[in-house]
Amino acid sequence: MAEDDQATPNLVNRRALLRLVGASAATGVLPPGGAAAENAAHGMHGSDAKPAAPADEAVPVYEFLNGDEAAFIEAAVDTFIPADEVGPGALELGVATFIDRQLNSGYGRGDRMYLQGPFIEGTPEQGYQLRMTPSELIRNGILDVNAYVRAKYKSTFDGLSNDDRVAVLTQLERVEIQLPTVPTPYFFYLLLDLTMQGYFADPLYGGNKGKAAWKMIGFPGIGAMYADKIEAYRNKQYMSEPMSIQDLL
Amino acid sequence: MATKLKPVDIAIVGLGWAGGIVAKELAATGLKIVAFERGGPRATNPDFMAPQVHDELRYWRRHELIQNLRKETLTFRNDPSQLALPMRQLGSFLPGEGVGGAGTHWSGLHWRWTEWEHKMYSGTVAKHGKGIIPADMNLQDWPIDYHELETYYDKFEKVCGTSGKAGNLQGKKIDGGNIFEAPRASEFPNPPLTQSHGMVLFEKAARNLGYHPFPVPASNASRAYVNPDGVALGQCHYCGFCTAYGCEANAKASPHFTVIPLAQKNPNFEARTNSYVMKVNLDSRGKRAVSVTYLDAGGREFEQPADLVVLAAYVFGNVHLMLHSKIGKPYDYQRNTGVVGRNYAYQSMGGVAALFPKGTYLNPFMGAGALGTWIDDFNSDNPDFTKLGFIGGGGISTGNNGGAPISRRATAPGAPRWGAGWKKAVVETYHRFASVGNQGSVMSYRQNYLDLDPTYTDSFGRPMLRLTFDWQENEFKQMEYARGICGTIAKEMGAEQVLSRRERGRYSIVPYQTTHNTGGTVFGDDPRTSALNKYLQSWDVSNVFVVGSSAFPQNAGRNPTGPVGALAYRLADTLKERYLQRPERLVDV
Repeated sequence: MAEDDQATPNLVNRRALLRLVGASAATGVLPPGGAAAENAAHGMHGSDAKPAAPADEAVPVYEFLNGDEAAFIEAAVDTFIPADEVGPGALELGVATFIDRQLNSGYGRGDRMYLQGPFIEGTPEQGYQLRMTPSELIRNGILDVNAYVRAKYKSTFDGLSNDDRVAVLTQLERVEIQLPTVPTPYFFYLLLDLTMQGYFADPLYGGNKGKAAWKMIGFPGIGAMYADKIEAYRNKQYMSEPMSIQDLL
Repeated sequence: MATKLKPVDIAIVGLGWAGGIVAKELAATGLKIVAFERGGPRATNPDFMAPQVHDELRYWRRHELIQNLRKETLTFRNDPSQLALPMRQLGSFLPGEGVGGAGTHWSGLHWRWTEWEHKMYSGTVAKHGKGIIPADMNLQDWPIDYHELETYYDKFEKVCGTSGKAGNLQGKKIDGGNIFEAPRASEFPNPPLTQSHGMVLFEKAARNLGYHPFPVPASNASRAYVNPDGVALGQCHYCGFCTAYGCEANAKASPHFTVIPLAQKNPNFEARTNSYVMKVNLDSRGKRAVSVTYLDAGGREFEQPADLVVLAAYVFGNVHLMLHSKIGKPYDYQRNTGVVGRNYAYQSMGGVAALFPKGTYLNPFMGAGALGTWIDDFNSDNPDFTKLGFIGGGGISTGNNGGAPISRRATAPGAPRWGAGWKKAVVETYHRFASVGNQGSVMSYRQNYLDLDPTYTDSFGRPMLRLTFDWQENEFKQMEYARGICGTIAKEMGAEQVLSRRERGRYSIVPYQTTHNTGGTVFGDDPRTSALNKYLQSWDVSNVFVVGSSAFPQNAGRNPTGPVGALAYRLADTLKERYLQRPERLVDV
């Protein structure tokens, strides 16, 4: 199936396909959970990783991303932070859902940015000078990268093998690929930053499911009061079951 | 067309520490006062309640409490030869918005500036001669000295419940406090906060090296406390959500629960929130302010007549309103004349990062905004300027300020930024990484200034403020010198690796550095080099006073909030005891 996808990009509505996979997951035909279902469907790495989501959780429904974009984001976050023995991967923690919601939010729509012209290219020290909001930047960047990948690999980004995805992201990071619409570093670092935000933010926003990234790094959550601990735990490991905002409401 | 409102006695623009203090002190006079705040009302309950306020994405990354650039921003360039472009996203500094201003989301480092830091010009010349001052450096004194401010510094510390240890009590040097501080009449109102492991390491290392470490004066209350106004502060929880956040415990002193509610107890005082002041209107001769024009949340325009106008916005707001309202002569870089916008300065945040051996637990999440151990051995005028070739200094410190991991995810050098290698590196580094920082002074220069942008306008149609700033050789030398000291301390602390944090490059508006901007409406004794006289009164429009760090002629190597609060208390006394008795120019030209 993965090879078919690579050969005929965009002919199948991948999200619809995944929903079918998710539906069959509910019947117990495939391993449950969005991330696990996707791994199983594509025979990707990490298919032996434990599903992080509860068995009755549906495949994510995206607010903002279309099917192609969702597939791209899922593949990108999975490549940025793969599941391994050190800790969970971004995809299973819901980071694609996080990014989708952020792009659809006031932040994604640039509601606190100055977006009036004239738009002139400045020096690096003068910072962001594009007319695009974060949502527009990601959307255009995905089109750019997919166009590049299609030309070189005859596939969309999400259809690539893990090694090839790593190669593409590395080229973007090193600015060895010049994207036509979106300056490569802006796209790359926004995507990476959003991935890190979703991985480590409070689970309230859809990522960091089960506070798994906090557990991995040793951050004991947000409900902590340490007045009686800061001295007692000098140079001693401190960890408790992390609390999130929703845990404490 | 603006709706003209009934006149009031005093209009205050901005309701952070500066405006809040002036409002509280003047409300008791019975005069009719309106304070304008561009943002909304804020109260600990409901705005800063836990657990919701412990939200790193919302407060640190989405800037919930910070100025909305869609409405108003500034343009920036490094030097006058460049075209300035708008700051479209927040970065280098984070001006506050909403009642309490930046006072809601500050860290709480609460300093008195030293005697030299109020008299940088004469103090430097006395020790080193005039020849040490670079030709382009506009080094100048405050028109008042430390001793004229001491009672106001004292008052502000007591209002804030500042936690610390005196190092110079009425001239007597005390070990364990800052022996380089100016003499203080009384001890801090609260004892120091409890040190973290990293701070203990820093203290020992600094002592071993012959330096004089002390706890950072912190307006994060180390114990429950009731201030002289009867306002209760809770004990700091060391929760690690402090800088950029509101405090649910009211342990971090903030105007929104101290001075401002006290002002609001007076029926003659009104806080008019979501009200964006556009301009101060002058009479036909341009000599007297008659009103302020503002927009409410719905964009309706109002004109509020007032006999006295106090500008207490953030640095940029004060300078912008002065320029846009044509109060005082704008600074002209080409001719080196004019005063409004002159002497803008910033602060350098340098030093080193230190990676401690595996198995070290610094517990970064147990922290408070101002929880730190500091040395002033290389700050103020303690360095030998003649020998080192620079003027100024920096505070060197380490601290525990929070461990929320969107921001705190440093990795050792050479580690990948993503992928399995990144994950391994970030997990290995999280508990054992600390910074030994240098907070460096920045002098003022002819070529670093604020004026009105010729191209870009804000959402209200006003010309934007234009910021022209770059690091200068004097500051690079200070940063490099201090970085060496920081490295030595980090090694002495037992760091396995010491990493230099900054290369020598141009100032960039992109990464967050510090919200310690200064200057632009400097106060002084000479109207050719200052916009305000020693009473913070405009030289040109005598019923306009300006308070905040925009009055500082240059920036020191420590945080500005202490002197901002002290100046606000002094201004309130000036107005009550002098100006309101005889509303006229308080200093003759």
